[in-house]
Amino acid sequence: MSTVPMDAGRNSASGAPGPTWRERLARISPILILAPSLAASFVYIFVFTIWTLYISLSNSSLLPSYGFIGLDNYVSLWSNRRWNIAYSNLFFFSAFYIVGAMGIGLLLAILIDQRVRGEAIWRTIFLYPLAVSFIVTGTVWSWLYNPTDGIQMLVRSLGWTHFNFALASDRSTAIYAIIITGIWQSSGFAMALFLAGLRSVDQDLIKAAQIDGASTFRTYRRVILPIISPIFLAVAVVQIQFAIKTFDLVAALTRGGPGISTTFPAIYVYDLMFQRGQIGEGAAAAMMMLAALAVVLVPYALFVVWRHRRESRP
Amino acid sequence: MTDATIAAVHDREAAAASRRHFVSRTIIYALLTIFAVIYLAPLLILVFNSFREQPEIAQNGLIAFPRSFQLKAWAEAWSTYCIGGTCEGMRRNFLNSLWMAVPATILSTLLGAMNGYVLSKWRFKGSEVLFTLMLLGVFMPGQIALMPWAFLLGKVGLTNSTYGLILIHVVQGISFTTLFCRNYYVSIPDDLIKAARIDGAGFWRIFRKIILPLSPPILIVTVIWQFTGIWNEYLFGVVFTSGREQPITAALVALTASGTNVRAYDVMSAAVLIGALPPLLVYFLGGKYFVRGLTQGAIK
Repeated sequence: MSTVPMDAGRNSASGAPGPTWRERLARISPILILAPSLAASFVYIFVFTIWTLYISLSNSSLLPSYGFIGLDNYVSLWSNRRWNIAYSNLFFFSAFYIVGAMGIGLLLAILIDQRVRGEAIWRTIFLYPLAVSFIVTGTVWSWLYNPTDGIQMLVRSLGWTHFNFALASDRSTAIYAIIITGIWQSSGFAMALFLAGLRSVDQDLIKAAQIDGASTFRTYRRVILPIISPIFLAVAVVQIQFAIKTFDLVAALTRGGPGISTTFPAIYVYDLMFQRGQIGEGAAAAMMMLAALAVVLVPYALFVVWRHRRESRP
Repeated sequence: MTDATIAAVHDREAAAASRRHFVSRTIIYALLTIFAVIYLAPLLILVFNSFREQPEIAQNGLIAFPRSFQLKAWAEAWSTYCIGGTCEGMRRNFLNSLWMAVPATILSTLLGAMNGYVLSKWRFKGSEVLFTLMLLGVFMPGQIALMPWAFLLGKVGLTNSTYGLILIHVVQGISFTTLFCRNYYVSIPDDLIKAARIDGAGFWRIFRKIILPLSPPILIVTVIWQFTGIWNEYLFGVVFTSGREQPITAALVALTASGTNVRAYDVMSAAVLIGALPPLLVYFLGGKYFVRGLTQGAIK
């Protein structure tokens, strides 16, 4: 908040008694500029959420209606087998996807950090999947997983004629197809964040460790990685968000199948709302997704604020 | 010990060290190469197959070096291939995506720049709270907004239209663009603004003469982030548009799902590449800005 009038110079020069309309306009400009975005964001964030919350408590089926039925939709959702598969898939997927993407991302970052030649080229190669959509990635990988045209055919044509690789077409393994593709798409992202972290570590610390005779491996484990530990958390939180919102990848790769084996919460929301006309229950499933995000993000946000306060304390 | 033996020991140690160095370098480059192959393979397979002839693909499989060459698949994918009854290829959907992503990117970036300017340099009572609330939009899952958007778009007559998608992407994008710009403008010294105000510059003058000239880096980051995000978006596209009005992501899913007995991998590869090219182009041209946006978007 400033006490300097915006047109102070001109005002005193002309000796005008009060603010002119131009000055008034200038004074309220910041608010005017912000107002449309604020209004839109307010509607988008709060009105939409409360709206969906209300629909989830209503007897809406094919069209929204506003008869209040309490938690019936939630009860029916949680007793649904497909929803149970969806959220257990989400847990399973998240665990492997996050560990896998972070593991490979960290490995790539450390490899690139060894003063390799052509660093920019390596980085560009590992990061490009992030530029393309999950639709593109999912489509290509669904072809590769296709036993009659993809990887299985390649290996068989090389001589291993009994080689079996049909991840995506088997109920019990299709989820791994999604995990592998997810890791392929986003380990480069983890790499970029880890690499930025590695580069921010004080070089003197590393030199000191090396003079003490620590091996490269030990230097990383004991000195460098502990320093960049906040990045692990940040990467994990971003990946969990990806995982909870996972929709495109599954839609392009398996469409939730075979059967219902790779149903995810986001897929199920879409199905309930637009394929089966069960809007109320679909809204309940959407609210559960929001709840899952809140469970992850609220504690993280509080932790970040707490850490920030602790660090800024003298 | 004589000098000669000392020298020999040194030589042996030096040789061992250089051997170790050589081995570790080899391992590093070998690992990087293996991963690079895994990362590049799907893209290469797409490119190869878009130029191979379909019978050859059917015979040798998707993963093979090209033994035939044709340009036909690209032309077919662009303008004549049939998806669900209409035979117009991807051209229309490509243009839909373009007409959606370009205006939505420009609008959301402009709004974000001005919001960021206000929230960093013209703070008022409660502006920090408003900023925090706007940030919540970054985390909202699209599924929460589906029913409300369906209702709203229906009310204003924008269902099954690119304008409806533009509206959605602008509103959804404001949170991101405001966040990016605000965090960037905060680092511009306040003294600069104060000095300009004492010289009599007002709100718009300061924006035009001080803020905008310092903005290109963050505007590039924001534009790249918004454009690739909007181009690649699928959920809203598939829910709110159908057939000829679909953006390219939704059309690609429809295209690959419509495969009957013989899948036309040649045409589908070209179509997928058409859908992937604009964001890839942005990535290869925008390089470091793309990465910067990524890291800033992640560590909020």
